[in-house]
Amino acid sequence: MNAIINYFSEVLNGGISLLKGMGITGKHFVRSPKEIITQQYPENKDTLVFGERFRAQLFMEHNDENQIRCDACQTCETVCPNGSIEVVWHREADPETGKKKKVLDKYVYHLSMCTFCNLCVLACPTEAIKMNQEFETAVYDRSELTKVLNKPGSKFSQDFVDKSLEK
Amino acid sequence: MYDFSKMTGAIHEWLSSLMPSILVTTIEWVLIGVVFLALFAILGLVLVILERKIAGFFQFRLGPNRVGPYGMFQTVADTVKLLLKELVSTNKVDKFLYNVAPFFVIIAPLMIMAVIPYGFGLTAYDINVGLLFVMAVSSIGVVGILLAGWSSNNKYSLIGAMRSGAVIISYELSMGLSALLAIVLLAGSLNLNDIVMSQQAGWWLFRGHIPAIIAFVIYIITGTAETNRVPFDLTEAESELGAGYHAEYSGIKFAFFFLSEFVNMFIISALAVTIFLGGWLPFHIPGWEGFNNSMNYIPGPVWFFLKTGVIIFLLMWFRWTFPRLRIDQILTLEWKYLLPISLLNLVLMAFVVMMGWVF
Amino acid sequence: MTTTDVNTNLKTQEYLINMGPQHPAAHGVLRLILTVDGEIIHKVDPDLGYIHRSIEKMCERDTYKQIVHLTDRLDYLSSHINNEAVCLAVENALGIEVPDRVKYIRTIMAELTRLASHQLWWGVMGMDIGALTAFMYAFRDREMINDIMEETVGARLTMNYNIPGGLMFDIHPGFQKKVKDFIKHFRKALPEYNTLLSDNIIFKKRLQGIGYISKEDAIAYGVSGPSARGSGISCDVRKIHPYSAYDKVEFNEILIEGGDSYDRYMVRMKEMEESMNIIDQLIDNIPEGDFQVKTPALIKLPKGEYYQKVETARGELGVFIISDGKKSPYRFKFRSPGFSNLSILDKISRGHKIADLVAIMSSLDFVIPDIDR
Repeated sequence: MNAIINYFSEVLNGGISLLKGMGITGKHFVRSPKEIITQQYPENKDTLVFGERFRAQLFMEHNDENQIRCDACQTCETVCPNGSIEVVWHREADPETGKKKKVLDKYVYHLSMCTFCNLCVLACPTEAIKMNQEFETAVYDRSELTKVLNKPGSKFSQDFVDKSLEK
Repeated sequence: MYDFSKMTGAIHEWLSSLMPSILVTTIEWVLIGVVFLALFAILGLVLVILERKIAGFFQFRLGPNRVGPYGMFQTVADTVKLLLKELVSTNKVDKFLYNVAPFFVIIAPLMIMAVIPYGFGLTAYDINVGLLFVMAVSSIGVVGILLAGWSSNNKYSLIGAMRSGAVIISYELSMGLSALLAIVLLAGSLNLNDIVMSQQAGWWLFRGHIPAIIAFVIYIITGTAETNRVPFDLTEAESELGAGYHAEYSGIKFAFFFLSEFVNMFIISALAVTIFLGGWLPFHIPGWEGFNNSMNYIPGPVWFFLKTGVIIFLLMWFRWTFPRLRIDQILTLEWKYLLPISLLNLVLMAFVVMMGWVF
Repeated sequence: MTTTDVNTNLKTQEYLINMGPQHPAAHGVLRLILTVDGEIIHKVDPDLGYIHRSIEKMCERDTYKQIVHLTDRLDYLSSHINNEAVCLAVENALGIEVPDRVKYIRTIMAELTRLASHQLWWGVMGMDIGALTAFMYAFRDREMINDIMEETVGARLTMNYNIPGGLMFDIHPGFQKKVKDFIKHFRKALPEYNTLLSDNIIFKKRLQGIGYISKEDAIAYGVSGPSARGSGISCDVRKIHPYSAYDKVEFNEILIEGGDSYDRYMVRMKEMEESMNIIDQLIDNIPEGDFQVKTPALIKLPKGEYYQKVETARGELGVFIISDGKKSPYRFKFRSPGFSNLSILDKISRGHKIADLVAIMSSLDFVIPDIDR
């Protein structure tokens, strides 16, 4: 007799547990229009918000006079674990002091090799480079992933550095 | 209640007055064939988009929303894609069986669709052993699945097909023997039209009370198993077998399997509606004359598809809630639980009918 | 002829199935060569190497500060805890005592990571068993943790928040409120998880009695983490060798004696509650102070061998460093939990069915890059 009772109670309890599960999904089905969590990506591009610390890709800050804070010290290049930064520079005599100084030619950034570890940004003594939030990094050709971060004709400016470090 | 046989009869008479009877029969066959193929295709398209949309809402998603308003034409686009796709097959498939399997799978639901009453007098093939015919024909589908699994020369496909064979053969037993027979006892006929007409006083689900409700629950469980849907989807078992028996199929051949799965779901629901929920009969509440009269204005086919939709939603609800059973558990469920219970239920139903304890 | 005669006279042939490297249940690129008879598994032979990236060798190339970001790519679901392991090893070797603030934040972050990892595991477990909706339910809640991480850390998966000597940034001003909101939300969501799967009769039947690990086996094979605690072995590094702020919080080590897949499942479910308790105790009491201590630009560890272990979401992660006094380690070795846990797969899945193997694999919670490194 006990076996029969067990048999039917097992069936009943099993059925109840299934119904409870259906209750959960059913509840969310009824509420679904309010609870949708997926984002309609290309449409909501303008309203997408990222944290200011979000690391998407490296960029170099230029001010209005096309000045940069990078003095080609190459710290970022040494600190990068993957060799994704190449600093191309030459020595040039400073017109005021006459001392020979490093001048940045090209700041080459290989996005294809970058792992977004943020070490270069932390290491930069002049805060010349930063991570931005432009996350759409897909391109049609691999060569487009190699970027030159400094704009043509951009010059190093000590004032720009000082202003930034003050903050 | 509008009798659709008047309409079909008028068409028949009009055609007969124009041409000899052989031509009339041929034209009528072609006409019926075209109508059912169209119904088949439309059902497939609608059910797939419905499933995907409902799945989306169960999962905090929107479902497809790119093609057309609310993504309504997504399945149309998918079908076009499948039609245009190359039919790829591996080198060592058994060519003949491999090519013939999708047709087996798709023929079974098409044949069953012929006997289902969609409205008053709206049945393509009104035979007196309708229910028996349904049970017999629905077994053809599994042959197609077994052939597909065997001929694909793929171990995953074979496992899936063998599982499917085991499941469908065992579940047909309690489905036919008990769940459906219980209602046949009540209705006293195997003809689906007669079964519907016998429910004018009230649906069998309510009139047959306890045994009918048990039979209904068992029918829904076995029906889910017959259509290979979650929690009995172990023939496809995405996380175990990849895609199961249709892993090696592509293009329109894959679409055949895919569509027949959804049309099978429709058929299972349609049968449930026909047998338990009064088919195309409107919803009546005894005593509420005004309500009942207003319900009568809604045409039969609308009622039929509405009720079928409810059962289909129930099946989808299962699919998006439950985990999958293992093969031995499925067989245990059938042989140790469903079959004994449904046999007992059959005896109970016979007793109820004998004593006349039917509302 | 009786039925038993039929069985003994039937000759069946074993056959091989390649499960993976591309298989929905492999969660990555694990290849299992199964010897099966019908559906019964006779042997499981894991074949590794499909996602080998020689991370240990790369560690020998890099400086100690650079190594940290590589550990994100081991067990990507507990990336923060991996980072912490390396940083703790380096800090201990240098004799640096990090401020309490760092310890608290690290612990909170580690527990958030553990929660996110367990949530993902729960969703994937449901998906493996066949309940597809569970996945989205888990991701709804995991998304909140990801947002918290994005705001404070700057990345959602490969966080790289720890550096030797502290943290990369201080926490975001809105961090505490967001974490509290999440805990409040998740305390409501967890019972839903239990109703949907844990109490479900089908789910229970699929897991109970499947993949039994005995206490002796678990010790012999070096199983660690929730998988071992499901067999009743006390092995929580957070309890036994407390690091960071784990000695300052009270929490229970979840131990279940059963040893089957369902017990391992329940350990993780209960661990989520414990993680929330730990966060609750810490989140309001983060002490003021610096978020890092100054370390030399180029860290050189004194000559010697160093070992540090932490409890990741999957088990015990050990970091072993041999230093010859140069800027990079002479040898760097990870003792990853997944690798040892994988080794017992063959033993416990023999005699079960293919469907059970999938359940066992998800109950052991593999992350393939962790196994393969």
